[in-house]
Amino acid sequence: MEDSSPPLIRSAALAALLAALLALPLLGVRLVDSANGLSLSGRPELVAWAAGGVFCGRLIIDLFRRWIRDFSIRLPVPPPPPEWTRFGVGWALALFALVLPFLPFADRNLVDKATMVLIYIMLGWGLNIVVGLAGLLDLGFVAFYAVGAYSYALLSMTFGLSFWVCLPLAGLFAAAFGLALGFPVLRLRGDYLAIVTLGFGEIIRIVLQNWQDLTGGPIGISGIERPSLFGLSFKAVPPEGQTGFAEFFGLNYSADHRVIFLYFLILALALATNLFTLRIRRLPVGRAWEALREDEIACRSLGINPTTIKLSAFALGAMFAGFAGSFFATRQGFISPESFTFIESAMILAIVVLGGMGSQIGIVLAALLLVGLPEWFRDLQMYRMLAFGAAMVLIMLWKPSGLLSSRSPTIRLGGRA
Amino acid sequence: MEYFFQQVINGLTLGAIYGLIALGYTMVYGIIGMINFAHGEIYMLGAFISLIAYLVFSSIGGGSVALALLAALLVTMVFTALWGWVVERMAYRPLRGAPRLAPLISAIGVSILLQNFVQIAQGARVKPLPPVIQGGITLDLGAEIALSISWLQIVIFLLTLTLMVGFTWIIARTSLGRAQRATEQDMKMAALLGVNVDRVVSTTFVIGAALAGVAGMMVTLYYGVIDFYIGFIAGIKAFTAAVLGGIGSLPGAMLGGLLIGLTESLWSAYFSIQYKDVATFAILVGVLLFRPSGLFGRPDVEKV
Amino acid sequence: MRPPPLLDVHGLTMRFGGLSAISDLSFSAGQGEITAVIGPNGAGKTTLFNCITGFYRPQVGRLVLHHPDGSALGLETLADHVIARKARVARTFQNIRLFPRMSVLENLIVAQHRVLMAASAFSLAGLLGLGRYRRAEHAAIDLARHWLDRTSLTSFADTEAGSLPYGHQRRLEIARAMCTRPLLLCLDEPAAGLNPRESGELNQLLRGIRDEEGIGLLLIEHDMSVVMGISDRVVVLDHGNLIAEGSPAEVRGNPAVIRAYLGEPDEPAVVTGAEG
Repeated sequence: MEDSSPPLIRSAALAALLAALLALPLLGVRLVDSANGLSLSGRPELVAWAAGGVFCGRLIIDLFRRWIRDFSIRLPVPPPPPEWTRFGVGWALALFALVLPFLPFADRNLVDKATMVLIYIMLGWGLNIVVGLAGLLDLGFVAFYAVGAYSYALLSMTFGLSFWVCLPLAGLFAAAFGLALGFPVLRLRGDYLAIVTLGFGEIIRIVLQNWQDLTGGPIGISGIERPSLFGLSFKAVPPEGQTGFAEFFGLNYSADHRVIFLYFLILALALATNLFTLRIRRLPVGRAWEALREDEIACRSLGINPTTIKLSAFALGAMFAGFAGSFFATRQGFISPESFTFIESAMILAIVVLGGMGSQIGIVLAALLLVGLPEWFRDLQMYRMLAFGAAMVLIMLWKPSGLLSSRSPTIRLGGRA
Repeated sequence: MEYFFQQVINGLTLGAIYGLIALGYTMVYGIIGMINFAHGEIYMLGAFISLIAYLVFSSIGGGSVALALLAALLVTMVFTALWGWVVERMAYRPLRGAPRLAPLISAIGVSILLQNFVQIAQGARVKPLPPVIQGGITLDLGAEIALSISWLQIVIFLLTLTLMVGFTWIIARTSLGRAQRATEQDMKMAALLGVNVDRVVSTTFVIGAALAGVAGMMVTLYYGVIDFYIGFIAGIKAFTAAVLGGIGSLPGAMLGGLLIGLTESLWSAYFSIQYKDVATFAILVGVLLFRPSGLFGRPDVEKV
Repeated sequence: MRPPPLLDVHGLTMRFGGLSAISDLSFSAGQGEITAVIGPNGAGKTTLFNCITGFYRPQVGRLVLHHPDGSALGLETLADHVIARKARVARTFQNIRLFPRMSVLENLIVAQHRVLMAASAFSLAGLLGLGRYRRAEHAAIDLARHWLDRTSLTSFADTEAGSLPYGHQRRLEIARAMCTRPLLLCLDEPAAGLNPRESGELNQLLRGIRDEEGIGLLLIEHDMSVVMGISDRVVVLDHGNLIAEGSPAEVRGNPAVIRAYLGEPDEPAVVTGAEG
């Protein structure tokens, strides 16, 4: 093994050289904007850091690989967990989510962040119907989220409808949008479909940005009505004719009540999405979605009309995005086109794909990883998206079919699944 | 009328730039059937590298603008090619044969990564460059129509034309081109016949990235402002151009680019500038729905 | 003597660009019969299947499917999934097309999509857990179990279809097609890649399907032991033309067929109309 160590150093050195070259123009030199035009300032130390980092990284990876090979170590491949663990983990997570706001360490901040994570979990579960089950790559999912948010905001501002009336309406609008967009494009091949949906997502955003009269343009809509619990308001001073939540239950008013209420609201919405998906997977439509993902031609030969099946997946996914959107609007009290950019679509898609396409719990893990973790490192905001992009690539390289990609049949011959 | 022709000239210039980017999409799609989502970012990198290189060379070059531009062009092509090579090598090659969506997700990841890398390394603010090539010629077409074409526009046309002819020649005549076409038809068979498929794919990425780098430089000179976000929308437009021309076809990509450029400039001139991107997307959707094989593409026969 | 026709092919022509894959082809396949379509590679056999099952739309010609109730359907204008559903034509594929990540049983349940979808009112009744849907699902499982037994796959019911050995996958594809309760079953090289024992079992299975279900089978096959062993009629294609039709024995002795397979450079290549 002695004689093969120079190549090890050499390959690391080559990688370092490459990194230095790549970094040279972009890291090594910085464009400085000053009063008399652009000038440059050198930062050779950053290039050296990049090269050094890559050198060490490459060396460590190579050594690790060689070590595995030389000692013929097999990295343990965990067997797919038995059914009951998945089931158990699911229940445990749900239970934990239920008691979270009442745990001692749960302050307002944490509950707020958990609410954010839950929005993405719900969006992930919604998109999972489209991408994970039906295998339709949708890069414009955020459009339906936006439709839901704007429908709620506009309905409530214009007609004074309450959140509980608007919620189903927003879902229906989003689903209708899904049908309208889906009908022409769903016969396209997978990657073309991806680009077209991305285009639609952008169109919706551009329209929101420019249709000033309706959407308020780039400024957006603010002062959106907050939800109430069966008519119990969460405001410090309830509006005329309404009772305050705190007053009704004989509590002292606290702004935390609303935060906790919103948390439970999105938890309920997300769990409803999950239950729906689990149930529909076992029904003819759900099985047809999966069959379509596996082989469309075979589906057609069995008399399944691919268009209707795809449309149903597209519309249902959109509907859940619509629900999530109207929740988002009511939670923020303010929406603008900026919340509905392509990056959001990419984020939701990444959650579904990293979770392992079709796995409900995988999506929870991925959302915690991609949304939850970065929320705690807000100070590193700048590096957040950088790490996010890198994580997408690395996880794909490591597990091209996602973190949890095993699948359990929806029906068994012995007993019902 | 004069206004119209002026817009056509502007549109064609823009279109030439889109066409250059579209070449990269079309070649990569042709050969490995993948939408290289990060291609737009390579173009953005090209814009930044060219700006930096130009500033470096003009400060050491002793005043010759032409020389500094030429040097910057070469440096840009080399560096973007290198980036293209590394991206393919690290993010796409290991995923050949993985589930269909994996390389696309990886490409989206690369795109986000590069965008944010540049944002962090160079700052989020728009980078302005005062006009480098000034002046132009005026064509008197009679009937009181006088068109002004700037030298820069002429340079962009000539450069695009040269590159276009050059690459068509490479694909049609050289052994590299033959290997490329063979790989496009059947990757496994080409490998069995001794074509080094990995190298062919790498070369394709390198060429595509170098062309995108050229486009990045052109856009820097033409508009004089760049930021880290320009790659996304330009990438989609160039992809639209590739689809419009018939994905896999080099002249198609160029023609598609010109058409998209024209649409954009005429739409902005006569309808509304806010909705110019909507016009492009509408074309994309329309083409995919009604003529998925584009203007020059071969129709797919579904294999059962 | 011949049973009533199930499928009538009249003057079928299918061109790709300038190339005729099938030209002016006419023949019929009978109910309760196994009709084999044979011919050298590139004779147009799979193209014929794709026309019958609606994956290609022929330029000229008619494809008529006669239902037992006396009605007839022109397949040449229908979309593929409509053919499968309304005309009740099922098929298998040359390169097996299962749903590889779904279980064997799921593959068979998906095949009964239409029935289950109707019973569940587009899944609504199922969502609410109504009894009507549960009964329909039980019936679907029973049918699936029947075909699992017939294809000796019962013990694999809950495994992933993609992980089955090749021969099992072939049988599963046939079972899946049968779960759609077809009138005409089109099999594209069902014996390809099977060992002699498996191919013997296949013969039995196909004969059983013909005799017990009374449906028509149309099969493309290169394995002459299968063709000669089980088919009632043989249709021979070459370069998109019909060169012979008849019982296996008649076809075997037909000089045009021998020429097509072995080639005889001295003779004119095209021989037509050897009616059996």
